[in-house]
Amino acid sequence: MVESKQKWKAWLYLAPAIVLLLVFTVWPIINTVRMAFLEGYSGLKVAGGESFAFGVGNFVKVIKYQKFLSCLKNTVLLCVLTVPISSLLALLVAVFLNSIKWLQKPLQTIFFLPYVTNSIAIGMVFAAMFNIVGSFYGTENEIIVTAGIINNIIEFFGGKAVNWINYGSSYAANITVMVIYIVWNALPFKILILLGGLQSINKQYYDAAKVDGTSRRRIFARITVPLLSPMLAYVVITGFIGGFKEYTSIIGIFGEAMGPADAAGRLNTMVGFIYDALSTNNQGRASAAALILFGIILAVTLINLQVSKKRVHY
Amino acid sequence: MAKETIKTMHERDISAERTRSRAVGIIAKAFCYAFLIFMALVVLFPFYWMINSSLKSLEEYRQSVPTFWPQKVLWSNYAEAFTAASLGRLFFNTAYVGIVSTILSLVITILSAFAFARLEFKGKNLLFSALLATMMIPGELFTITNYSTVTNLGWMNTYTVLIVPFLVSVFYIYLLRQNFMQIPNELYLAAKVDGTSDFKYLCKVMIPLSLPTLISITILKMMGAWNSYIWPRLVANDDAHRLITNGLRNAFTDTTGDVNYPVQMAAVALVSAPLFLVFIFLRKYIMKGVSRSGIKG
Repeated sequence: MVESKQKWKAWLYLAPAIVLLLVFTVWPIINTVRMAFLEGYSGLKVAGGESFAFGVGNFVKVIKYQKFLSCLKNTVLLCVLTVPISSLLALLVAVFLNSIKWLQKPLQTIFFLPYVTNSIAIGMVFAAMFNIVGSFYGTENEIIVTAGIINNIIEFFGGKAVNWINYGSSYAANITVMVIYIVWNALPFKILILLGGLQSINKQYYDAAKVDGTSRRRIFARITVPLLSPMLAYVVITGFIGGFKEYTSIIGIFGEAMGPADAAGRLNTMVGFIYDALSTNNQGRASAAALILFGIILAVTLINLQVSKKRVHY
Repeated sequence: MAKETIKTMHERDISAERTRSRAVGIIAKAFCYAFLIFMALVVLFPFYWMINSSLKSLEEYRQSVPTFWPQKVLWSNYAEAFTAASLGRLFFNTAYVGIVSTILSLVITILSAFAFARLEFKGKNLLFSALLATMMIPGELFTITNYSTVTNLGWMNTYTVLIVPFLVSVFYIYLLRQNFMQIPNELYLAAKVDGTSDFKYLCKVMIPLSLPTLISITILKMMGAWNSYIWPRLVANDDAHRLITNGLRNAFTDTTGDVNYPVQMAAVALVSAPLFLVFIFLRKYIMKGVSRSGIKG
């Protein structure tokens, strides 16, 4: 590296980034921690000249809050269901895609398509597919106009129509729809990463295995998976990080109500909780919840890294 | 004679084994394609259903037996959606915010990446590590304070509030710095000997050589503007500055129950179309950028 004679010049190049980072990144970190530890902190009360005691009251209140627990449950449930399903499906698709020549490029493009969509817009399409059209409020003379395309398909194969997202739908049905949508949305990124990983595996390993007459299953378990393990770990970790921040996909399907008409807020998540607290001017509570979210993400990532340290080869 | 029998049996075994493994191979291939094509159909189905529904009349959409292509193609749904959600204004707002923030963001990213990749100054590595560390923190943590900051600055319901807070992306700086570092040092030395200034070297050599990364950043940033929802809803949800995603959600608040789906699906198709066009023409850059980033927008 060459020594630049005028060292102050470097700071000139960095100045715009540093100024913006100080205002919109560094100060928020400090201030959010501060607000979290000032009990009952609220922007409105600050304007009224009130002062706040230092303490962990916000955290205690948030943890005891019924709404928060339900948000936490939804978030964890969606994470635990969607990350393994989408990772496994993506692994299968990537392995199969890697083993074919004909149609590989067009299929690869198709599998990437959901990535370039707006998660709220396509959420509305999923809502349309699962929706039962008609007035539907648990009264006697219900008018069901059409059961929706998903129910039509289920009925075509001899199943019974399910109330997925409408008035009176069950929590399990709601979660099923969310899992399907989130997995659909998460696949492209995972397939892209895993396929990239597969294509960079040295072909010599496979040739050696072929010479030894190794079975397909054994090749998969002993060569493909171990050599792909860093990519798998990456996909799972980013999946969990994204999963804990789930929010817009639920808005896409259920709208701002975050639940079916008779149970608004039932599917709210951690991020949703933070924004609800923020928009009602409870900055203290929002900050405490955001720090808890950060703590959870950090812990899950560290656990994942620890597990993958043992499992990931090389 | 005994010897011969053994030999032929052995050969028979080998040929049987060979046909068996070939048959397994064909079955595996067939299963492979069946699975991939099934998954591809699952992936494509929502898009097909969106277009199919957007072209139907409301009566046809509500038939209890669905039609898989509209009996009568109704383009007027698109016109209706365009006016119902006032998409024109939303498109303009989003394009304006997207373009301005992308240009400013590129300038800032290039300058900082250059400083980190080519210039020497005290505390460079420490500063860079500190920047990388902030990437771990979820954005929600910043939003809470930024919300108060922009309120105090009087930026509520302006374009500024949609552009300025997200101009610096540590990830983009990191990406571009890696790219800049790959450019051989000899070029820099040669330029120095010729008396080229740092800034001129940056413009004439480094930027052209890093064009693919810059294009990836541009696309990801534009996609970010197109898809952002949470921040705009908090700080600029008035008619004059509303962005496309919020506008779409606001114009069609109901997703369940008795909804005019054809028009709603037409609006969704209109909002999705620009992203698809960008994808078709710049697929390579998007996939490259995404595979290195792991973030949406």
